[in-house]
Amino acid sequence: MYYRLPKIEYFRPKTLEEAVGLLEKVEGSKVIAGGTDILVDAKTSRVRVKALVDIGSIAELRGIEDLGGAIRIGAATKLQELLESSAVSENLPLLRAAVESMASWQIRNMATVGGNLCNASPAADTAPPLLAYDAELVVVGPGGSRTVPITKFFTGYRATALGRAEILKEIIVRKAEWTGWNYIKLGRRDGFTLSIVAVAVLARVRNGTVEDVRIALNSVAPTPVRAYGAEEMLRGREVSRGALERAAREVMDEVSPIDDVRSTAWFRREMSYRLTLDALTKALGAE
Amino acid sequence: MRVAFNLNGRRVEVDVEPGEILLDTLRLRLDVRSVKRGCERGECGACTVLLDGRPVVSCLLLTAQVEGREVTTVEGLREDELFGELVDEFNKSFAVQCGYCAPAMVLTSYAFVKRVVEGRSRPSTSEILKAVEGNLCRCGTYPRVLRAISRVLERRLPGEPRR
Repeated sequence: MYYRLPKIEYFRPKTLEEAVGLLEKVEGSKVIAGGTDILVDAKTSRVRVKALVDIGSIAELRGIEDLGGAIRIGAATKLQELLESSAVSENLPLLRAAVESMASWQIRNMATVGGNLCNASPAADTAPPLLAYDAELVVVGPGGSRTVPITKFFTGYRATALGRAEILKEIIVRKAEWTGWNYIKLGRRDGFTLSIVAVAVLARVRNGTVEDVRIALNSVAPTPVRAYGAEEMLRGREVSRGALERAAREVMDEVSPIDDVRSTAWFRREMSYRLTLDALTKALGAE
Repeated sequence: MRVAFNLNGRRVEVDVEPGEILLDTLRLRLDVRSVKRGCERGECGACTVLLDGRPVVSCLLLTAQVEGREVTTVEGLREDELFGELVDEFNKSFAVQCGYCAPAMVLTSYAFVKRVVEGRSRPSTSEILKAVEGNLCRCGTYPRVLRAISRVLERRLPGEPRR
């Protein structure tokens, strides 16, 4: 045995309320949902864990629902369930494309969408599409429930707006009319890999004019990010090669990548430009 | 803590540490040796088991989490016709070299084949490869694994169009 988990306590609450109570009461407790991040972190002592509160079987945290004007995704919904959901493929194709690029079948059967967000890795793959969709995150804690826009959720490297005993309950994505989308993930290899850079683009183009556009990236900053500057440069503009190139150049100034095992800061910045340009070209129908 | 679950169709009850992973419970307490220890961090897939029919890695699963659920390993599929057919094709295609990844590779392949046969939709080559991408084979048997799976599907889904 190369890794050994530290001595821990394990709780499996039946309700969200009970889970919040346990997190509040038990010192050193952490949430476990799919376990694919927290157990690796606990095994490698990256995170100190004394107790795990398993929220994976709490019914109100599971499932995908079409609410008419919005899609509701329970935070503990498995990534594979997202892939197999018609509500997701019909309404949130950008999210589906990102999830399809994630991990392996085994890991997607375990890992949850809420876990991917709360783990707050700069490389989180569900983050760029959900940032682009301006998703709302419903968070439940000792003080009740509150809604955090995903654009305010990531507060720093592996840090979120969640309080000590707060749990992400669900993700709400309002339906909107988009005319195009594109997701490009660049990794060290094709399958089962983390990103060097990934770009998500959503666009609404009418009569050749960009009504709205959203650009989000991962692995190029301490958190997944929106490229607001580039979006602003395109909004209200006519679709042209020049406009797209200027916007993609702007993204290079908005990101702050680092060198790490997967790539260099220089390459990530270059790829931020290249992939954004490609994704914009496809999403805005400028081919 | 006491945990009860179904292992290969048989109810088992074990006393485990709360932080014990299913891989250790299976290998060290229940003597299920087909489930291999590999990277222990969810990257190699050698410890794959089926949880309620879906492949998962047992190195990132606490035994406590499988309370009341159905765990399947290759030992539990000896009588399964589709499984036998798949193993046959693995043998005929020489899809096993050193064999360390084999039980897990066969298990993932079985879950995939069962699913597409039941759904009656013939997968593309890239869909087959994507299904087994979580099972690392350092001998590089993937083309042979692909051949073995494809042969079973050709027989089981003869008239179905390829996606």
